[in-house]
Amino acid sequence: MFGSLFKSQAQKHQNLAQGQVVPEPGRCVQCGICSYSCPAGIDVRHHALLGMPVNDSRCLTCGECILRCPRGVLRFEQSELTSLLTEDLH
Amino acid sequence: MIVGSGAAGLSAAEVIRKHEPKAGIQIITEDPYGYYSRPGLAYYLAKEVPLEALYPYTEGYYRKLDLHFTKEHVARINPAEHVLHLAGGRIMPYDRLLIATGATASRPDTPGINLEGVVTLDSLEDTLHIVKLARHSSSAVVIGGGITALELVEGFTALGVKTHYFLRGDRYWNAVLDETESRMVEERLKEDGVIVHYNIRATEILGRKNKVEGVRTDDGKVTPCQLVGVAIGIRPHKELAQNSGLIVRRGVLVNDHQMTSDPDIFSAGDVAQVIDPDHPDGLLESLWNPAQLQGTVAGLNMAGITTPLCRPVAVNVTRLAGLVTTIIGQVGGAEDKGKDDRDTNSIMRGDSEEWREVANAVVAETHGGHNRLRLYIGERTIAGALVMGDQGLSRPLQNLIERQINIRELRPRLLEPGAPITELINNFWNSIPRLRHPVNSYAPKVS
Repeated sequence: MFGSLFKSQAQKHQNLAQGQVVPEPGRCVQCGICSYSCPAGIDVRHHALLGMPVNDSRCLTCGECILRCPRGVLRFEQSELTSLLTEDLH
Repeated sequence: MIVGSGAAGLSAAEVIRKHEPKAGIQIITEDPYGYYSRPGLAYYLAKEVPLEALYPYTEGYYRKLDLHFTKEHVARINPAEHVLHLAGGRIMPYDRLLIATGATASRPDTPGINLEGVVTLDSLEDTLHIVKLARHSSSAVVIGGGITALELVEGFTALGVKTHYFLRGDRYWNAVLDETESRMVEERLKEDGVIVHYNIRATEILGRKNKVEGVRTDDGKVTPCQLVGVAIGIRPHKELAQNSGLIVRRGVLVNDHQMTSDPDIFSAGDVAQVIDPDHPDGLLESLWNPAQLQGTVAGLNMAGITTPLCRPVAVNVTRLAGLVTTIIGQVGGAEDKGKDDRDTNSIMRGDSEEWREVANAVVAETHGGHNRLRLYIGERTIAGALVMGDQGLSRPLQNLIERQINIRELRPRLLEPGAPITELINNFWNSIPRLRHPVNSYAPKVS
């Protein structure tokens, strides 16, 4: 039972360490599923259209947009800032 | 002046506005719903996204860009006089014109094809019509192939309608998939409760009081239904160009600057057939991002900025019976390739003629559970790939293929029998750091 608890915590730490939601604009078809599924109300589609990583402080790195995108547009990627932080932690 | 309010038309309008702040930009469209995500229609049918979400832009955005929409049919163009004749009688002059009229689903000449209840999937209007009809339908038949046939099958199923899928041949989408992939898709369809029929042809659609009641097939049987989905191919909407004296073939012929046979008329998107060094006879495809790129290139050229189209490799990420599938480049190499796809007479939406090309390459494939990887490996580069299920290699392969990365050192290991190709490609990808930050291949290179 505790195994799965630790696993979801570990995933969350991994997500946070992994940094930002980064889009591949050439794949986005503007369907809107990403923005619709964002619990923080971020217009992820707008970021995807412009090829901008989601730098919004409201982002929870929950990964819903990445999971639900039907086209594989979004992924987590380490930004410079978060890679510095993980270095500090180790 | 832009005829068409799809991906190509809007991309052109946006880039023209960026370079010509004072120009009058008029978009003339027959779509009463304006500009929306056409690929999103399938997701709306599958209940993954609400209707409002399909609109990427607000009224405010169009006002800010000073874009004007006119909802009307264009009867013809007079290129010599640089005017458009609208169906209602109005005459509109233009300096430069873009024909971005897209494509429409074909219908076979099966008796009963125009009964109420026979549907195709092109537009938002079609989608809303399907949702309305599905409420009063307990069963449906889908005929056709490619991506759209499954969007209809999955859409009907999500709407609670028992669906029969009629295949004319013995497997699904033989023009692009190989037998293993066809079977994976067919199994998933059956798991979803779809009844798949093989080697069957619809001979007549039966109706009462002009509404669909059933479909008769060549084995003499009748399948009762209230809804018939048709996905046998799309035809570029080239009549306007043709009637105006422009050169057309399967679509409106354009050069690599999206220019038609008239120097002030351009064409882009599904309606355009692009001639380039790799495709001297012209290439047709119906893909959202390439349509945006073609629209952008057309717009730049219309604004006087000479820009060639740098056509990327044909890629699409789609879902076939719920199985996420990436198709890249040339994958048409199946053993029974000699036979044409019997379910469709041309490409579908989300499809490309390039996928059917047979590469001068060797196949390497791997398969595990619901995951499948098929590669076409040339002498120095990977020419095509199909990734079904786990999508970990989707983006890496798109990069390797698009950028024609030399894989000559890796090749012998990939072609060894039983090679762990997923692992080999993954390691190769990770070993070249610069590959991880790809150039945005969809941004046109402005000269």
